[in-house]
Amino acid sequence: MSFFLVQVIVGGLLLGAVYALFSSGLTLVWGMMNIVNFAHGDFVMLGMYVAFVVFSVFGVGPAAGAPLAALVLATLGVIVYFALIRHIMKGPMLAQILGTFGLALLLRYSVFWWFGANFLSLPNNLVGGTYDIFGLRIEASRLLAGIVALLVTLGLHLLLTRTSLGSKMLAVAEDSTAAQLMGIRPDTMQAIAWAIAAGATGLAGALIATFFYIVPTVGETLGIVAFVTVSLGGFGSVPGALVAGLMIGVIESVSGYLIGAVYKDIVVYVVFLLFLWFRPQGLMGKA
Amino acid sequence: MMRRLIWLSVVVALVIAYPLLFSTPFQQRLGALVLLYAIAASAWNIVGGYAGQVSVGHVVFFGCGAYAAMGSYTHFGLSPLVGIPAGIVVAVAIAAIIGGPTLRLSGHYFSMATIAVAETARLIVTNTTWLGAAVGLSGPTVPRNVFDLSFVSAMPYYYLFLAVLVITLAITWWMTNSRMGFYLRAIKDSERAARSLGAPAARTKLYAYMLSAGLTSVAGALYAMMFGFVDPESGLGILISVKILIMAALGGAGLLFGPLVGAAILVPLEELSNSLLGGKGAGLTFVVYGAIIVLISRFQPGGLLALALRLWERRGKAGGAATSAEAGHAS
Repeated sequence: MSFFLVQVIVGGLLLGAVYALFSSGLTLVWGMMNIVNFAHGDFVMLGMYVAFVVFSVFGVGPAAGAPLAALVLATLGVIVYFALIRHIMKGPMLAQILGTFGLALLLRYSVFWWFGANFLSLPNNLVGGTYDIFGLRIEASRLLAGIVALLVTLGLHLLLTRTSLGSKMLAVAEDSTAAQLMGIRPDTMQAIAWAIAAGATGLAGALIATFFYIVPTVGETLGIVAFVTVSLGGFGSVPGALVAGLMIGVIESVSGYLIGAVYKDIVVYVVFLLFLWFRPQGLMGKA
Repeated sequence: MMRRLIWLSVVVALVIAYPLLFSTPFQQRLGALVLLYAIAASAWNIVGGYAGQVSVGHVVFFGCGAYAAMGSYTHFGLSPLVGIPAGIVVAVAIAAIIGGPTLRLSGHYFSMATIAVAETARLIVTNTTWLGAAVGLSGPTVPRNVFDLSFVSAMPYYYLFLAVLVITLAITWWMTNSRMGFYLRAIKDSERAARSLGAPAARTKLYAYMLSAGLTSVAGALYAMMFGFVDPESGLGILISVKILIMAALGGAGLLFGPLVGAAILVPLEELSNSLLGGKGAGLTFVVYGAIIVLISRFQPGGLLALALRLWERRGKAGGAATSAEAGHAS
């Protein structure tokens, strides 16, 4: 294996950890409420813009931008849940798809209208320099994003499996009427799930903003990445999202390196389609 | 019944006379665009509305028509009209190939798979020189004869689109009243129940998907002819899919005239905001689009036409069996 390839794979793993972080948000609401948030990628985009605004107004990096982005997006998640999701949850499929798709357009083009279609970026020395680890050159910004994303995703998994809050959310996901009889408020739990899911996207957005291009339509691509990750990892499963996210990151980086950057998205989409087409039974959940 | 007939003939007369009554180039162009999007949205309605399979990738078929029309001129020096049957063949073939595995997916998975197909197609075309890559393909700059369908005035387009829309709606109407229409409604209500009663669900959905694809490609070809060019954004951009879907849903998915109503509301809205707000308007238009869709899904998931029909019925008389039947399908 060539040395470059190792470098590419490590880069893919670091990016994949961020994919895993925002995809675990999607998988959480999908698994719990059986609703797909088509605006999920645009939440990540908003996180990137929060980080950008924080930098351009206060001149500070992700140390302040990332928590703030998580907070802003978590708030947005709760608002979206109460204003829209809880009303369309029980409605027809078309209404569910339209609702979150409309939300995606609303967010994407509000940002487009406000900031314009230009590619923005944070200064690349914001998170200092490049590390040399066993001869591999890794940018500090990518390393930071990858490690934080990995830790938060694992934390999220522990939160869902090891705490009483996690058990309550699981109970609501299993049977919300029964949970209600046990004295758990489904509404509160679902709102918390939206806060966590959106907060995770905000954090992920702020983390990749340090080395990614920032543009209103970036959410389209990232949204599809999240769908791919969730479909591969199995819906509702955070560990699944983690493994799948790392896989997608590596597939994307390696195919970008081997056959050219313009084709890397095609490879991801084709993997997604092949998976949906030939292994749908594993993905269909309750059917 | 009598009153409905009178209303209907008034509407038909208005639609036919529209370019004569509103004769400025802007108004005529607006009318033509409404009809064009109504064709695409009506085609989507067959699979999205009647069969309940929410495709977000219909722009693939739209692109087949648009690229076939422009390609037949660019590569073979033929009239873009030749591209219409070619586009239909390609679109139906693609629908047949991807429809098999994709239509097995239920609900959100189907929608996502169609998005992935559309984005893959866009990326492939953007990187294919023969299809004009990122620049796209152009039609004849100066029309050689009437068959190039390149007119300065929008009036000929208006009547051409009107004719195609009538054909599209006639096909849809015929389909809903055929055995296939009954199967589709049964599948939409409950695919399992339909299957267990012996309705060939997979085959019926596939036929509907192919029919819808062919008609959508005609809309794409007409679009490219009117604008004289196609590029990956205008021919394969995901926003075209979204527009088509939204028009159908706003008017009323699963209702014959729903998509036309949706197009008649949204196209003028978009054109007005574009012309009033200039370049900045493009973003704002989609902000408004997004807000409208969110509100529709939240308060009126059946669409505006379904609401209107319900109000009409509540008024007591008129309405009649046909209306209530149609309103019933929507809900």
